[in-house]
Amino acid sequence: MATLTQTAVRTRAENAPQRVRRRLSGRVASAVAIVIAVLWTTPTFGLLLSSLRPEDQIKSTGWWTFFSDPQLTLENYQQVLFGTSSSSGQMMSFLINSVVITIPSVLFPLALATFAAYALAWLPFRGREWIYIGIFALQIVPLQMSLVPLLSFFSEGVAVFGVQLLPAWDLEGPARFIQVWFAHTCFALPLGVFLLHNFMSELPGELMEAARVDGASHGKVLRTIVLPLVGPALATFAIFQFLWVWNDLLVALIFAGGTPDSAPMTVRLAQMAGTRGNEWQRLTSGAFVSLVIPLIVFLSMQRYFVRGLLAGSVKG
Amino acid sequence: MDFDFAAELPKLVQLLIGVAAFLVVVAVILVLVDRAPMRRRAWTHATILLLPALLLLTIGLVIPAVRTTLLSFMSGDGKQWVGMDNYGWMFTQPEAVTVLRNTLIWVLLVPLLVTAIGLVYAVLVDRTRFESLAKSLVFLPMAISFVGAGIIWRFVYAYRAEEQDQIGLLNQLVVAVGGEPQQWLQEPPLNTLFLIVVMVWIQAGFATVVLSAAIKGIPAEIVEAAKLDGATPLQMFFRVTLPSIRSAIVVVMVTQSIGTLKLFDIVRTMTGGQFDTSVIANEMYNQAFRYGETGKGAALAVFLFVLVTPIVIYQIRQRREALR
Amino acid sequence: MSLLSRPNRAVLVAGTIGLALVATACGSPEAKPSAGGSSSTSPECAAFSQYGKHEGKTVSIYSPIRDAEADLFEQAWKPFAQCTGIKITYEGTGEFEAQIQVRADGGNPPDIAFFPQPGLLERFAKAGKLKPASEEVKKLTAEGWSADWAKYATVDGTFYGAPLGASVKSFVWYSPKMFTEKGWAVPKTWDELMTLSTTIAGTGIKPWCAGIESGDATGWPATDWIEDILLREIGPEGYDDWVAHKLPFNDPKVVAAVDKVGAILKNDKFVNGGYGPVKSIASTAFQEGGVPITQGKCALHRQASFYANFWPEGTKVAEDGDVFAFYLPGNDPAKKPVLGAGEFVAAFADRPEVQTVQAYLASAEFPTARMKLGTYVTARKGVDPANAQNPIDKLSMEMLQDPSTIFRFDGSDLMPAAVGAGTFWKGMTDWINGKDTKTVLDYIDASWPKS
Repeated sequence: MATLTQTAVRTRAENAPQRVRRRLSGRVASAVAIVIAVLWTTPTFGLLLSSLRPEDQIKSTGWWTFFSDPQLTLENYQQVLFGTSSSSGQMMSFLINSVVITIPSVLFPLALATFAAYALAWLPFRGREWIYIGIFALQIVPLQMSLVPLLSFFSEGVAVFGVQLLPAWDLEGPARFIQVWFAHTCFALPLGVFLLHNFMSELPGELMEAARVDGASHGKVLRTIVLPLVGPALATFAIFQFLWVWNDLLVALIFAGGTPDSAPMTVRLAQMAGTRGNEWQRLTSGAFVSLVIPLIVFLSMQRYFVRGLLAGSVKG
Repeated sequence: MDFDFAAELPKLVQLLIGVAAFLVVVAVILVLVDRAPMRRRAWTHATILLLPALLLLTIGLVIPAVRTTLLSFMSGDGKQWVGMDNYGWMFTQPEAVTVLRNTLIWVLLVPLLVTAIGLVYAVLVDRTRFESLAKSLVFLPMAISFVGAGIIWRFVYAYRAEEQDQIGLLNQLVVAVGGEPQQWLQEPPLNTLFLIVVMVWIQAGFATVVLSAAIKGIPAEIVEAAKLDGATPLQMFFRVTLPSIRSAIVVVMVTQSIGTLKLFDIVRTMTGGQFDTSVIANEMYNQAFRYGETGKGAALAVFLFVLVTPIVIYQIRQRREALR
Repeated sequence: MSLLSRPNRAVLVAGTIGLALVATACGSPEAKPSAGGSSSTSPECAAFSQYGKHEGKTVSIYSPIRDAEADLFEQAWKPFAQCTGIKITYEGTGEFEAQIQVRADGGNPPDIAFFPQPGLLERFAKAGKLKPASEEVKKLTAEGWSADWAKYATVDGTFYGAPLGASVKSFVWYSPKMFTEKGWAVPKTWDELMTLSTTIAGTGIKPWCAGIESGDATGWPATDWIEDILLREIGPEGYDDWVAHKLPFNDPKVVAAVDKVGAILKNDKFVNGGYGPVKSIASTAFQEGGVPITQGKCALHRQASFYANFWPEGTKVAEDGDVFAFYLPGNDPAKKPVLGAGEFVAAFADRPEVQTVQAYLASAEFPTARMKLGTYVTARKGVDPANAQNPIDKLSMEMLQDPSTIFRFDGSDLMPAAVGAGTFWKGMTDWINGKDTKTVLDYIDASWPKS
């Protein structure tokens, strides 16, 4: 797969207009790109260095002092990763929770948004305009305003005028994760549908027409034509949803609770700030620990973005 | 206290159940769509494909939105109807103007800056040798939680008196060129700009990734043709690249505008809305959750809905044009 | 408190338990690995026999206390939990005020919550979410705390829960070493304090240092200042009127008190030692506010008893040590009202096991056990201050337990949250940042909820 992609990149690059490429990657352009990259990286680099410095130094001198007086310690990381406190257990538990929460919370909205976006983009039925606009507009509903109704949906069920239509979920133990998945899926759909719909409606209609004339069902068109073409868009949405869920604190606090049984890493990190929030050395190293996995995911998903190249060539 | 792998097993089993449920849902929907009778009107198919999403949206967002609207006409404890009082309060409180002004600055500047920087960067690094690394560097901030970003930037803006060592990067630079250290976050109206920098720093990666994907999607033929016509790089950019990725740019602008309207984490962690930096979403959070004034918080939330109307209308127009 | 030793010890413990588990897996499943594995019939449990047996019952506790401090709580009630068979699930959060409301409204409240603000407790009580305290808890509170304390958890005549921990806010931290070296004396009146400040300013350092930055709670240390002075200026009754908004926030008396604080906090000659001009108070984290004392860059810092936890590692807190605190003096040395704060244990459920836990927390045994583990202050009578872990905790306990002490709760915790956790904090931050007293107080007064 990797070789295939690389070959594709190379072929594509050679096809690209050489002159344009030369000009654009000229000195000024490189300089601008480097300046942006440096500006964007420096604060994070500062965080990394800070997280490796002893507590009293973090609070009294700037991280660049490191270059004149290098003092590093892994103490902060040791505290974050292995520091146990009975209330919260080890980081590993929370890491597993984060993974268990994140995977389905990415998969479900991805699939449901794809189906919905396909229907809204390519199925001719009345009212699809308004449904699309409605879903689009739902993006503005502040998450905070949904917490109470959704929580009571889980804990009290649905009752209208005293008639219990749906029972309370009463989820215990690991089943509590279902609530979190459900909540994340709800909140992700508007953006997902919007993003994917935008990409899908750009696809050339002739392709689909041709397939439909050949007698392919919507399921087949979706699977064999649309999915490969919107791959980059799916990857993009998946990454953002992943990051959103991974870094989320609010939804987790309400629906997963704060115990090692189901709470994700963000909850643990927030607790580690201490009751009075002065444990900066842990926050810096904790922020870095939680950053590692998203970064790995992004790097490994990058080649799917690159697949946009292949999609481009299919178009013609 | 100890790490006991056996204790974690039920969670992993739950994960497997979740993934299995996902596969079942996908399979069922696809099978249903395949089996559904073909008609000219695609109602059945549309229903099957849309229903799960619509159901979840109704439970998770539509009902809460209706509830919020109702609450905005009620008192703080949700027991009495108070008519338009909460809205009246919103527009008569002395700082309302500041909050509205700040929100306006945010929603104008953030999408523009994010899109511009993301676009320029995506074009510049496109198909260079270091593309992957370069994109990762700008993407890095996206992977950091708001809390983490708050910490990072508090270190950047930190202030120490002139005679001391600076611990904030920005003041260190100012001192290095002979200036006086400033309390960046305490001087309105400039402090809002310093907060906006944080948001742009986080979100530029989003724009870069989306726009970069779009640029790669530009059909090779168009690029070839432009090349044959002898287009300069700037012409290429404005006549080929920009129009070809227009919809991706719209996506970025729209999501950034909405994200900015809803933004409250950065303001909350960096200044807590002090020093005239508050924005609507931050006020809403404070009123509804910290002060127990649910009605006022709800009224602010409804006002956010209203603010997004122009964007919705723009979308409707877009769709109309596209269909024509 | 050594941060270094903790992880290592933890690793060791984890290792031991791991071994024990292996052993258990191989041997008989009955073998209990823990040494103190007090089954509920063992002699240690005699002390808890009055609480009865609640095997298999679970009680959930939700609280703003988290991390290391939370661990100490869990450790303190562990024997109680083991002997009664109650499983206590504890959850600490940094977003307590917002989260507790969401969970209560969503129909999923915890069994017990530790409320740090009586004002918040009152809101939940009025909304009908809280259960009244049991007779047992009521009795324990009556015998353990002064009437002032019980009053804060009483709403419309119904009593909802006993106090838990406490802190004393009326302290000025200083360095006894520095004072002895320079020949300064601990002031007994406000005038002496101001004279001392001028003297110190004359030696070239700024006498006071302060920090009020605290995330979205920025401003609270400044409100504590105002409350402390108001309590001295207008007396406890006047203070109660002010808290209940019977005395307007912009009354001339309040203006005078705020200006009195301003004579220190807004005086560039007096502040902000070690940090810069007046405005730097607003951007200095409250945790770091007093630290310059240890560097000799500042001499005085007004902050609560819990500031003992914030001194850099290795700082000795004692009357003859690196830092210590004296009572913030008023005009009349004979009157010593004390400003303080604390948590209250209120319940959303009235199951027997929940009431049992509440009763245990209200007893003298719990605070005693908790104090032995680490720094802690309670106002409960019958708890020996000698158990305190540092001299400030001991001093605070003595002040709180003294029946002649006039105690008042932190006013911002009693006011409606829109003011007490909102405009009051915000207003005082603006005040530090340059706005004048009258404008700020008018703004706060106008924000008081109408109903």
